[in-house]
Amino acid sequence: MPWTTPSIKISTPSAITQGIRRLSYRQAIYEAQHQLLSTDKRVFLLGEGIDDASGVFGTTLGLTDEFTSQRVVDTPIAENGITGIAMGAAINGMRPILIHMRPDFVIISLDQLLNHAAKWFYMSGGQVSVPLTIRCVIGRGWGSAAQHSQNIQGLLTHLPGLKILMPATAHDAKGLLIAAVRDPNPVVILEHRWLFDKIGHVPEDLYATPIGRANICRYGSDVTIVATSIMVHEAMLAAETLANEDCNVEVIDLRSVKPWDENCVAASVRKTGYLIVADTGHQYGGVAAEITARITELCFSSLRAAPQRITLPEAPVPAASSLEEIYFPGQSDIIKAAKDILSG
Amino acid sequence: MTLPSPDSKTQLALYRQMLLIRHFEQKIVELYPEQEIRTPVHLCVGQEAVAAGVCAHLRDSDTIFTTHRNHGHCLAKGMSLKKMLAEFYGKETGCCRGKGGSMHPCAPEVGILGTSAIVGGGIPIAVGAAWANQMRGIPAVTVTFFGDGATEEGAFHESLNFAALKKIPVIFVCENNLYATASAIGKRQPAAGSIAARAATYGLPGKLINGNDVIEVYLAAGEAVIRAKQGLGPTLIEAETFRWFAHVGPVDDTKTGHRPANELTRWKKKCPIQHLRKALLSKKILTPDDEKIWQKKFDRSFEEALYFAKTSLPSGIEQLTTHVFA
Repeated sequence: MPWTTPSIKISTPSAITQGIRRLSYRQAIYEAQHQLLSTDKRVFLLGEGIDDASGVFGTTLGLTDEFTSQRVVDTPIAENGITGIAMGAAINGMRPILIHMRPDFVIISLDQLLNHAAKWFYMSGGQVSVPLTIRCVIGRGWGSAAQHSQNIQGLLTHLPGLKILMPATAHDAKGLLIAAVRDPNPVVILEHRWLFDKIGHVPEDLYATPIGRANICRYGSDVTIVATSIMVHEAMLAAETLANEDCNVEVIDLRSVKPWDENCVAASVRKTGYLIVADTGHQYGGVAAEITARITELCFSSLRAAPQRITLPEAPVPAASSLEEIYFPGQSDIIKAAKDILSG
Repeated sequence: MTLPSPDSKTQLALYRQMLLIRHFEQKIVELYPEQEIRTPVHLCVGQEAVAAGVCAHLRDSDTIFTTHRNHGHCLAKGMSLKKMLAEFYGKETGCCRGKGGSMHPCAPEVGILGTSAIVGGGIPIAVGAAWANQMRGIPAVTVTFFGDGATEEGAFHESLNFAALKKIPVIFVCENNLYATASAIGKRQPAAGSIAARAATYGLPGKLINGNDVIEVYLAAGEAVIRAKQGLGPTLIEAETFRWFAHVGPVDDTKTGHRPANELTRWKKKCPIQHLRKALLSKKILTPDDEKIWQKKFDRSFEEALYFAKTSLPSGIEQLTTHVFA
């Protein structure tokens, strides 16, 4: 199907492909779930159509046969209710992984997610925690449009109580999912469809990527680029182009947007004096806004120019290919921002 | 499946439980004007039979999910009076360390795993907690209490659908007190059919009962508990009842024009406590002396709890941002 294939070319940044064992982002997610199901009786998967022949873009294929429909559960189309049900199981000894094929469907469940799961531990005075993991997959392109390709990380970060992760590599797709399931709190993971075929080093063991820790994927001293999800790859491509022009950018893969690694970003900005934030979401009150504001507070005297944000335009996602092309920012926007910021 | 009527001892225990809840609520009514309980209180006076009749079947290992109107359920489930009152007074010794107030009681030691004050919000969570028991092979039941307003929420229908589908050991107890705040049910729901009748569309039993008759509640809940424990799945109970005070606070809302006075007068004549009292006195199961002894006991334990609550330290700054994450 055309909509399952990314329509932009993504090269594989060299820093991420070191190592021997290589899997795709999709295989890494599958493997994390397989290993978690195999090693922890409390873990189960649930979601709409997760046992069908597509297997959530291949990430759950065959898991029902192997672990039974008791542990890989197809659910009714009831996002809010199912989120509450998953939460109820989580507070009573289980470790559910709730899967949405699109982040847009998470929005239907915001009552249970934000009014309940995010606050339960606090409201209970620290007695009852909610070890609930929610996976959702950002779609994009092929006219997916306004209700099937949204980036909701900014929306979810505003209220206290949720952790939000955005893996950009196969390594972290596995490691962050394992970390989320082991975490005693509600964690939302936003995966990106266009990264599903991306190959990278993935160790075989059951490892966790620490939540709240960024990854410096390219070292540089001229400009700091903080990126999330697919924008990490755009930033790496931009960095290669900029390097040819004698501009050495440092690329930070944020990995975890809440909590986020202030120390890592601040240290980089103190070194470079310039900050560009490239997020897959919207600008207003979003992840890029928060990082920019916080780094300005922390590193005001080190900043040599106003930070720049690369985000989506202030409009819902359009359908037409011609509009999609100009809607989603990419490496050229990052290159332009770097040149602008350096030219003052 | 019809259960035999409860024996005298059980009837007496049910009566005592209702009396205890009424006693507690009356104390709150007396104390509230002091303005030291700085949290909204949703009193359940008039509805005591539902809490008493249902919780009489439950053990500590059974779980309940209640609502903003939770005092009766919490007391009947065995929650510590001290922790409950200390929470009302915003103290660090409260059941939620002063972070929950009156609407979010939590006492895992007696099967209260937290409380939602969003209408219908606790229903799916109860289904999930019960599902976890089913998955783990734990032979416990879970009860979710909610009002008639909650049956208009999607969460109610989504929960019934799922619980019926998976035969989950959960009991849905709707306390139909005919009002959502001050909005009468007739303005919110079509006249056709009862709330209990909606169960049939999801293929689970639904029973409409007199929620002011604690024996009727006890029998209906008993059947539902047996069904759940036998793996036969969920039951919906609609218990018709009425609250005597306003939606929130110790206020007579018929005087403020929110509900008609004659309706309240009519329902007060159907007081669940007086209803059983007459029967127990006439059968000589209960004596006025029993009541006097109980009242003294209730007074003493309430006074102790109140002293504890009032003398405990207020929740301090160290509580402000702790427990956001586990």
